[in-house]
Amino acid sequence: MIAAQDYIRILPELVFTAFGVLIMLLEPTMGEYASRKALGIVAFLGCAAALAATFYQSGYQGEGFFHMVRVDAFSTFFHAVIATVAGLVVLASLEYLDVQQIHAGEYYALILFGSAGMGLMSSAIDLVLIFIALEISSISTYVLAGMRRRAAISAEAAIKYFLLGSFATAFFLYGVAFIYGATGSTNTTTIAASLGSNYGPLVYVAVALMFVGIGFKVAAAPFHIWTPDVYEGSPAPVVALMSTGPKAAAFAVLLRVLFGTNLPGWFWPTWIAAAISMTLGNLGALVQTNIKRLLAYSSIAHAGYVLVAFCAANVGIGAAIFYTAAYAAMNVGAFAIVSHFASVGERYVTLDDYAGLGRKQPLLAACLTLLLLSLIGIPVTGGFFAKFYVFSAALNANLLGLTLIGVINSAIAAYYYLRVIVVMYMSDDKLSEAPATPIPAGLAAVLLVSVGLTIYLGVTPNAVLNFANQGAHALLNVAGTTQAALQTSPR
Amino acid sequence: MIPTHIISIVVFLPLAGAILLLALPRGAENAIRRWALFVSILEFLAAAHIAIMPGHHFSIAGWAMEENYAWITTPAIRYHVVLDGISLWLVILTAFLTPLCVLISWRSVHDRVKEFFFLLLLLETSLIGVFVAFDLFLFYFFWEATLIPMALLIGMYGHGRRIYAAIKFFLYTGIASVFMLAGILWLYAHTGSFDFTRIQPWLHAHPEVAAGTAGTWLFLGFFIAFAVKVPIFPLHTWLPDAHVEAPTAGSVLLAGVLLKMGTYGLLRFCVGLFPEAARAQASWINVLAIIGIIYGALVAMVQPSLKKLVAYSSVSHLGFVVLGIFTFTAAGTAGAVYQMLNHGVSTGALFILVGMLYERRHTYEIGEFGGLASRMPVYAAFFVFIALSSIGLPLLNGFVGEFLILSGAFRDRAIYGILGASGVIWSACYMLWMIQRVFYGENRNPANAMLPDANAREKLTLWPLSAAALVMGVAPMIWLSSINPGIQPILNLVHPAQTALVRTIGGGAR
Repeated sequence: MIAAQDYIRILPELVFTAFGVLIMLLEPTMGEYASRKALGIVAFLGCAAALAATFYQSGYQGEGFFHMVRVDAFSTFFHAVIATVAGLVVLASLEYLDVQQIHAGEYYALILFGSAGMGLMSSAIDLVLIFIALEISSISTYVLAGMRRRAAISAEAAIKYFLLGSFATAFFLYGVAFIYGATGSTNTTTIAASLGSNYGPLVYVAVALMFVGIGFKVAAAPFHIWTPDVYEGSPAPVVALMSTGPKAAAFAVLLRVLFGTNLPGWFWPTWIAAAISMTLGNLGALVQTNIKRLLAYSSIAHAGYVLVAFCAANVGIGAAIFYTAAYAAMNVGAFAIVSHFASVGERYVTLDDYAGLGRKQPLLAACLTLLLLSLIGIPVTGGFFAKFYVFSAALNANLLGLTLIGVINSAIAAYYYLRVIVVMYMSDDKLSEAPATPIPAGLAAVLLVSVGLTIYLGVTPNAVLNFANQGAHALLNVAGTTQAALQTSPR
Repeated sequence: MIPTHIISIVVFLPLAGAILLLALPRGAENAIRRWALFVSILEFLAAAHIAIMPGHHFSIAGWAMEENYAWITTPAIRYHVVLDGISLWLVILTAFLTPLCVLISWRSVHDRVKEFFFLLLLLETSLIGVFVAFDLFLFYFFWEATLIPMALLIGMYGHGRRIYAAIKFFLYTGIASVFMLAGILWLYAHTGSFDFTRIQPWLHAHPEVAAGTAGTWLFLGFFIAFAVKVPIFPLHTWLPDAHVEAPTAGSVLLAGVLLKMGTYGLLRFCVGLFPEAARAQASWINVLAIIGIIYGALVAMVQPSLKKLVAYSSVSHLGFVVLGIFTFTAAGTAGAVYQMLNHGVSTGALFILVGMLYERRHTYEIGEFGGLASRMPVYAAFFVFIALSSIGLPLLNGFVGEFLILSGAFRDRAIYGILGASGVIWSACYMLWMIQRVFYGENRNPANAMLPDANAREKLTLWPLSAAALVMGVAPMIWLSSINPGIQPILNLVHPAQTALVRTIGGGAR
């Protein structure tokens, strides 16, 4: 028998799915060219309900469905991030879909289905379920990437994302198979218990394969090649989603796989991936003139910063979790502004289009400035504490070299974010013919939350950091590892 | 009496003013200007009354007023702000210059007025925060926070190559401070605290760290951040660009206060935390300081642009300050702190004067002017007076600071004193030569024939500065009586034996 409590342990996923199905049912009742705003509001309510479900669910911690899912502080944290991100993306899309003349209700349904997958990625503790959740989330985003059907670039993005993404998931699945071969189980708790310190060559191969698979999902170098093209082609609100939600969920999976199972051999691959993600991401962003591509490279670099925290093992997990939340808060806001400003057919996406925005729309420019400053990591913003925690965790773990690479990188990164600010405030207004369109209510709400959270995290990060640290403890408890065991974990 | 939370009030009053300023309508430009002036004057009164009101004991060595609250629990970051003899006057200097900056921008800034005064007040808060923060994290927080308003002021309101200058300023000083951040993080990882008052004893109790390789690297990490800000030769190249392109108010705060963040940091943190490393590294730093003094002066001499001349003179003057700090003598250090204030007043005033000329003629070229003294006698009188104070004429403020620094330098090593003293001569050369070319001789340029003299608002700006230059030159004990006790704890750290020395110059310091 499946107990009622088991259903509570997947409640947010159920809510996401139910609202998604509801939208699919409502969709045919609408005219072919009618605005889908009403469906968007349903989707937003779904996200809000899922967020509420997440907090309700946190009172029922424990495992469910025959040790397939586990509700704890770790899963609650990521669920909260994902539901918030999905809700904000829906709000940012309300106006966007009308402007782009996309009359497809399934857009909202796919966001919800994808979110269900992302949520499950963070609470699943069985590798097979993790794989299924990964696929649910990925397939939804593949379709979303191609939503601007009339733009060739969007179709290219979808195909590219789909082909490379499937390839990457295959790697992950192959890794799972190897783990099963080595330990006879796909359950992370059992794997952790049966592995001990007895690592055969199979285990190392498995870690490498799974690392490749998830490295693709989080857009870490050297598996990042798809990112700029896909981000450039996909609808801007979708990029807001995929650069934050699935990314956070994929990091949750990576945390689960690496630290929830006591697997060996991850240190140097992660170290190298962190170092080259930061470096290639930031160097690549330096030369971009398209703001979506610029933010794509920036997202690669930020994945690198998170991986720095991974290298610090157990002292860094809390920092990594915090980083994903802070990054989600600022990046959703930034892409929401980009999607509003892009206008019909996403015409205004180059840096020059932003010239004089500081004069034409001071409020919009001020919000974008604050979010960009947070991406740089300037004090009073969430991005600052995110970087701060990551680098102090790395220093605590005596990773001097990696910290130095990271710190130098964040100095380089300041340049390209500043370029956007400079263009907005200091360039000649005549460079840009982009019209000043008033801020719609949906975007206003997104900015309020996004900017508000960014400042909140920059002034009093305590509550969220404690939450993240609880998540880290919960994760380590599942693995049954003591602090000492992890500190001496093989490098 | 002084209110309990006076430090916080002084730090956050401009910020509150800036936020309220946002509520004013965009079109009401005069209301915005008046509000900014009101806030900045109120701020000056709040800051200055600390020094005047009874209830403080800045004349007691090591006395300080402080506020200390927990802010963030993990990591343990405290809101710990301290006002002692060193920071007191730097805070007042900042609060003194800001209303003057508002006044000089009254007419010259007419586009995006609201943003301008918002940024100016934001800058004031972050500058004052730098001087009072005693938690290293809080210090870094304010330190970085100064970058954004300053860079925006340069980039939005500056002259021709403003964007280049703004980015160069931001990146140059931003990248350098990353090394300080690394040092701060290292200290936190080893001491579990960001609090200056806890890290200092920890370093004292662990001489193997403080005097070892780690101490040297930490010292250098902090040093590079401060050295770029000062700027110490050869890290000064951002300064002429930033100064020349900045609007006048930006230049005034940049030269008057922002550069002092560097010298203040050198004294408070580089010497205060790592006295052994500071002593070990002092010789090459002093050599760089002296090169800066002479090089800055020589380059200033050949500048065709008034503003660039003043900018390079800053490099030279700040060289004195660095030299004073790294002589580790009571006289040198007191002189260095005093010279920070003097330079703020004199160079701030020079930038204001140059800016007034720019408002009239829209050029900084010395060759464009000549014989102005007959057209603008009041203006010329102010200019000459301030220039003389900058050179270091006895009875004016520059003399006292330079004298103390040079006497400290002589005590340290005679050659430092001799070479440093030559800087005074060089500064007389470039200043007087410039004055001769601009104010005396024939006026061959018809564009100068109708220049109006200083108006009431401009005189209102110049009088306080000139008065300050005079009083600081005649009665330096007003300032030194709290500076001397303020630097005493640092001197005790550097060499415990030399405590008696401060008495010889600090008659009022009891």
